[in-house]
Amino acid sequence: MSVATTTAARTVKTTVATGKSRDRTTVSLVFLVALWFSLFFGVVVLLALIISTATKGAARFDMELLTNYTSLVSPETSGFRAGILGSLWLMLFTALFAVPLGIAAALYLEEFADSEKWWNRLIEVNLQNLAAVPSIVYGLLAVAVMALMGFSDSGTVLGGSVALALLILPVIIITTREAVRAVPREIRDGSLALGATVWQTTWKQTLPAAIPGIATGTILGLSRAIGEAAPLVIVGLAGSIRFDPEGLMSNATALPMQIYSLTSQSQEALRQAASAAIIVLLVMILGLNALAIFIRNKFQRSW
Amino acid sequence: MSSNSSSGAGSSFGTGLPPAVDLRAKSRPGERVIRIVLVASALISVAITFGIILALIEPVIAFFREVPFGDFFAFEGDFAVLPLVTATLMVTVIALLVAVPLGLGAALYLSEYASRRSRKILKPTVELLAGVPSVVYGFFALTFVTPTLLQDILNVGVGFTNALAAGLVLGVMIIPTIASLAEDAFSAVPHALRQGSFAMGANRMQTSVRVVLPAALSGVAAAVVLGMSRAVGETMIVALAAGALKNFSLDPREGMQTMTGFMAQTAGGESPVGSLDYNNLFAVGMLLFLITLVLNMVSISFVRRFRQVY
Amino acid sequence: MSTTPATSSTSRTDQGQIGSLAGVHSDSDRELPAHPAQPVMEAKDLNVFYGDFHAVHDVNLAYGRNEITAMIGPSGCGKSTVLRCLNRMNDLVAGARVEGQVMYHEQDIYAKNVDPIAVRTHIGMVFQKPNPFPKSIYDNIAYGPRVTGMKVDNMDDLVEEALRGAALWDEVKDKLKQSAYGLSGGQQQRLCIARTIATKPDLILMDEPCSALDPIATARVEDLMLQLRNDYTIIVVTHNMQQAARVSDRTAFFTARPDETTGNRTGLLVEYDLTSNIFSNPSDKRTEDYISGRFG
Repeated sequence: MSVATTTAARTVKTTVATGKSRDRTTVSLVFLVALWFSLFFGVVVLLALIISTATKGAARFDMELLTNYTSLVSPETSGFRAGILGSLWLMLFTALFAVPLGIAAALYLEEFADSEKWWNRLIEVNLQNLAAVPSIVYGLLAVAVMALMGFSDSGTVLGGSVALALLILPVIIITTREAVRAVPREIRDGSLALGATVWQTTWKQTLPAAIPGIATGTILGLSRAIGEAAPLVIVGLAGSIRFDPEGLMSNATALPMQIYSLTSQSQEALRQAASAAIIVLLVMILGLNALAIFIRNKFQRSW
Repeated sequence: MSSNSSSGAGSSFGTGLPPAVDLRAKSRPGERVIRIVLVASALISVAITFGIILALIEPVIAFFREVPFGDFFAFEGDFAVLPLVTATLMVTVIALLVAVPLGLGAALYLSEYASRRSRKILKPTVELLAGVPSVVYGFFALTFVTPTLLQDILNVGVGFTNALAAGLVLGVMIIPTIASLAEDAFSAVPHALRQGSFAMGANRMQTSVRVVLPAALSGVAAAVVLGMSRAVGETMIVALAAGALKNFSLDPREGMQTMTGFMAQTAGGESPVGSLDYNNLFAVGMLLFLITLVLNMVSISFVRRFRQVY
Repeated sequence: MSTTPATSSTSRTDQGQIGSLAGVHSDSDRELPAHPAQPVMEAKDLNVFYGDFHAVHDVNLAYGRNEITAMIGPSGCGKSTVLRCLNRMNDLVAGARVEGQVMYHEQDIYAKNVDPIAVRTHIGMVFQKPNPFPKSIYDNIAYGPRVTGMKVDNMDDLVEEALRGAALWDEVKDKLKQSAYGLSGGQQQRLCIARTIATKPDLILMDEPCSALDPIATARVEDLMLQLRNDYTIIVVTHNMQQAARVSDRTAFFTARPDETTGNRTGLLVEYDLTSNIFSNPSDKRTEDYISGRFG
């Protein structure tokens, strides 16, 4: 018997005969534990974050948190009315600006554009790139866009929505394209073969079938926007606003902005309020995500 | 009803003569307009990129008219950017030290070990981390990681603000970025390679580490570079937890201001439009944009490579 | 037979209900000229390229009016490609290029001023996999007339007529507002045929219409094709030789020729004749090999 066959025979004896899998060696098990650790480390951090924040803010879970304005004079009853309303206004206009634009761009790229042409490839690379541009840079862009359109006031609902809309536009385009791509080719062929134009096919078949996917992507984009503070700092939204937004040109604040400005305050009561506000923000984001998951599960068609 | 309308098509056959059929191109003005609108929308995405460059360029030129290049790319002085760059690098390196092993580990588990069903639950769990706003992470770094974890529990002599806490939390934040791109790359590795490895008696770990990981190397590189780009551009964590003072130091326990931290601080202050401080903000913003642009392009080209190979 | 005026759709349906399953319809009673006397459509020197790949080489084929023409051959022989040229569906494939002519009513449908959408309103198509729209049965039928701006006096009547024409009316008349996805595969395919005839086309192209169906559903569709022949010209691509033998009047046999340098396979037409001749007395060795199962 050669050496190789003897070794092989021994291996067979130890693994097959003992039933001890080679996946159960000590090294393998340590490796597997390390992978489990990587997987759940983030969850542990997230739990630590939520528990530590919730305990800090527990004293402030009251109605005043939602109905009062922020006050440095009486921090114990300080609230986030202006920020919550501001964030809702910003979301509304962000969606109004970004959603139609994003869907239109995605439809062009998926249904009309010839992907072989160099300019369409340029748009493609450009989109991937834009999705990774730091959010703070979108703030600078929004400042320039506002100046270009002749609006000189800083810190308005309009400026904030423009910044956030630009920020989530690539996200919306990318998710819409995925949703549209998931509609099978056969549906388009069926429509075109009946004499429908490409646009009729897109409008009456592809788009309706893709709506659940588009809605999910859009909501996830908005849930990213609602937590953003960096671009809002750049367009000049202040944390100290003590009134409700009244219109597009009205000055406003946003919940993440208020959290940012209160975090750097040294008064303990204000930090406590900030902790409570974080929980409010997380609940809003969780709500949006739950809505997205609900829409996906309820309406998503598997072809 | 039926005999009348169906013979519309049918009767023409009986005559023996082909009916006149109009196949001429019709003009569809409505469709033209729609097409133009759609093209314009798609072009806006390109316009945004050029818009960013244009938006930055004017204040940047104004800035360099007053401040010489050498004063900007310097380690000391009012307009020195290099301390901001080194601080950004410091925080980014710490973040990558956390996120690369954890992100790759999570990705390996998801692609090599998890069943289809458990992946469906585990993947969104990892991605949850990306859904938390960065201002919340910043608050957590400042009020928990620094005072409780680093100072009280681990007894590290860190300042109230420091690069270490900011980097660690930032690392947690970019785990999903790295994990999700790396998992794409691992999944793209053909099954034949794995089966070849298993057939030779390798176990799961050996296959993962010696076959899948090297085969997906360009994808892993893309993931790391994209994670780096995210870390460099992230603002609120560093603005709150890394420090608000320019500090050229290699000690992560010290507070130091990063590029984005500087931008947030300057914009939050009261510098009027067109002032030198305000233009300085744009100069730093331009540098930040260029750095992330290069990183993104590198990442995209790595992604393209692994898509091409398999 | 080919000059017999169309029968009304009602009588067609009656035939359909009484008509038995496949195999019974013998075509021996149809006396057809050796070549289509009055072709409704004719491909002349048709070549198709996908980028640099030469998919179909020099096809010349004339399709007879109110006949069923089958195109058969091994996979990759270009039969589906040729079919998709006949209503310009290939236009939608990026990089596809068509050379030669497809004459239809004395016009080349590839001429510059021809609107591919107008071509498709006259030449309907049924696909391999049933592809109803995710809408109600009613809306599936009404879709074509609506998007092409067809003048319809009463849409309900048109829907009924189309469903009767496709021998589906009795099965679905009580659930017109329900989703088409609730139908069986065979019903879905007949719905797709109904959807096509609702736009009153001249020709119907069928791309392996039964390949996704079970034998019973297949028999019903074949039955339907024979009825539709009275009013329409049908061109069908099939990989199923028995099907070609059962339903078609003429058969075109395609094969693929590999390029010696690149190894790419280019499709070409080998033989075109009356179906009875192709299956009983093929003149080309390659056809004979394929028919007898020696190849393909």
